[in-house]
Amino acid sequence: MSALLEVRGLGLSFGGLRAVNELSFEVAEGQIMGLIGPNGAGKSTVFNLINGVYKPDEGHVLFKGVDITGLAPYRVVRHGIARTHQIVQPLATMTVLENCTVGACFGADNLPLGRAREAAREVLGFVGLEDRAGMPAGQLTIAGKKRLELARALCARPTLLLLDEVLAGLNPSEVARMIDVIKRIRARGVAILIIEHLMQAIMSLSDRVVVLSTGEKLAEGAPQEVANDPAVIAAYLGDPGLSGAEQAP
Amino acid sequence: MGHFAIVRRPFFWIIVAATALFALVPLWGNNVELRESLVLAAVYVTLASNLNLMIGYTGYVNFGNIVFFGLGGYFGVYFSNAFGWPLIPAALVGAAIVSGLAYLFGLGILRLRGAYFALATIGVNEAVRAFVQNFDPWGGASGLYIPISAFGQFGGPMQALWAIYFLLVLVMGLSLVLSYAIKSSKFGLGLLAIGQNEDAAAVLGVATPRYKAMAYSISAFLPAVAGALFFFKSAFIQPVDAFDLSLSVEVIVMLMLGGQGTVTGAAIGAFLYEELRGHLLTSATFSNFQLVIAGALLLLIVLFVPGGLMGWVHRRWPRTRTVLE
Repeated sequence: MSALLEVRGLGLSFGGLRAVNELSFEVAEGQIMGLIGPNGAGKSTVFNLINGVYKPDEGHVLFKGVDITGLAPYRVVRHGIARTHQIVQPLATMTVLENCTVGACFGADNLPLGRAREAAREVLGFVGLEDRAGMPAGQLTIAGKKRLELARALCARPTLLLLDEVLAGLNPSEVARMIDVIKRIRARGVAILIIEHLMQAIMSLSDRVVVLSTGEKLAEGAPQEVANDPAVIAAYLGDPGLSGAEQAP
Repeated sequence: MGHFAIVRRPFFWIIVAATALFALVPLWGNNVELRESLVLAAVYVTLASNLNLMIGYTGYVNFGNIVFFGLGGYFGVYFSNAFGWPLIPAALVGAAIVSGLAYLFGLGILRLRGAYFALATIGVNEAVRAFVQNFDPWGGASGLYIPISAFGQFGGPMQALWAIYFLLVLVMGLSLVLSYAIKSSKFGLGLLAIGQNEDAAAVLGVATPRYKAMAYSISAFLPAVAGALFFFKSAFIQPVDAFDLSLSVEVIVMLMLGGQGTVTGAAIGAFLYEELRGHLLTSATFSNFQLVIAGALLLLIVLFVPGGLMGWVHRRWPRTRTVLE
């Protein structure tokens, strides 16, 4: 497996706070990589560094072998990286379909308007939002908005999808539907880097897991290995019984 | 952008019909008085429609929008006087320069957001006014006059007034078509996304700095053409008229009154405001009374009907959304 995304020695400080330090990892093509760690560990910051919302102080981000470090977010999308936001960011008075059309128009394929609308409809069907297509995005439920975030990102036709807590705030049946969607995205050959607090989900979905703590990589490996790592248990998982590792396949 | 499919839509033909009606009505019985009132209406519709590209689509409040109109006027009058150019090329070349300047300025000041951007646009207008007031080739504070002989290109002053009226109505029609074409295009979708949530738009792939600067630049072109036509018609231009900040604010009122973000709203708001202003100006006891009304009107709209007239119509009769964009 060749590396699709390579993060090399990434570092960023906010004033005196070291948000990310010497972080390196790789995501292979078609792989699901979990990114976990306690609140404030710097997980969302890593996403912001990869997709260009922040520019790193040190280090590099390579995607398909191309250095994309510090490129503006709208350029990163063109390379094939799309993301969702932890705090949903709908284009509130535009319809669900229009939101997705924006994603398709300005995504990796740079589609013209008409074809973007078709692509958007297809993705809405894929995530199960087709019956909401004409609704203003601001009127969706939280579960709906989370799914819209995912749909919009998918519309960009990414080869790597960054998912930032798409399961947070959903009830168990909504979680199950979302996990099903994520599995079907992977089946289409899209690699996924996923931040999630719901350990059962991350353990069952991920091929590999990176554990962050105070901006540094604490551990990396298969979900089982990481869940049994004493350092990880001490820093994050706490009680091994909570990790859900036993239920992982 | 390449969006010519709009000629197949009903709304395009509504714009064409309304513009044609506008042009023809004062011809009925050679009604010069009506024509003069419609000249102002055409200018207002042009200004409001183009401002709508910034406020209504992109979500940036350009308080100093009148600077495009004034600069266009100065370039047009100057090219006509200094080089003896006919009006139309003078207006178009002037507008192209104004539009280019707007692009460069836009790349800079559009980094600012919200109130800071609004303040910067006022700064642009005031700085340009101060510059022109001290710029001798443009007559400084006393301005520039057009010699009566310049009207000869249209066959005399009477014919010139009619010709310029038709040109202004054409510019108005083009403004409406432009607004509609942009709204129906990929470029317009990007602007609307920026207007809703600029950071999200950038993450979705909209090249926000370039898109904003393009919107700013495009919104400068037709107002600049209108400025050249308008001040040529007046045969006189001076800084206080060309860069009148209170007119800038009135254009915002027109847009809010009709409904920002909609093509129809910008047009109807500007037209209604001109009618209203005409009635208020005739009041002998209170000069510039329209500004008092405009201020109160703006307050009421923002408080109670933020979507303006068209926002209200669209909510009341949702099916009108697809016909009256």
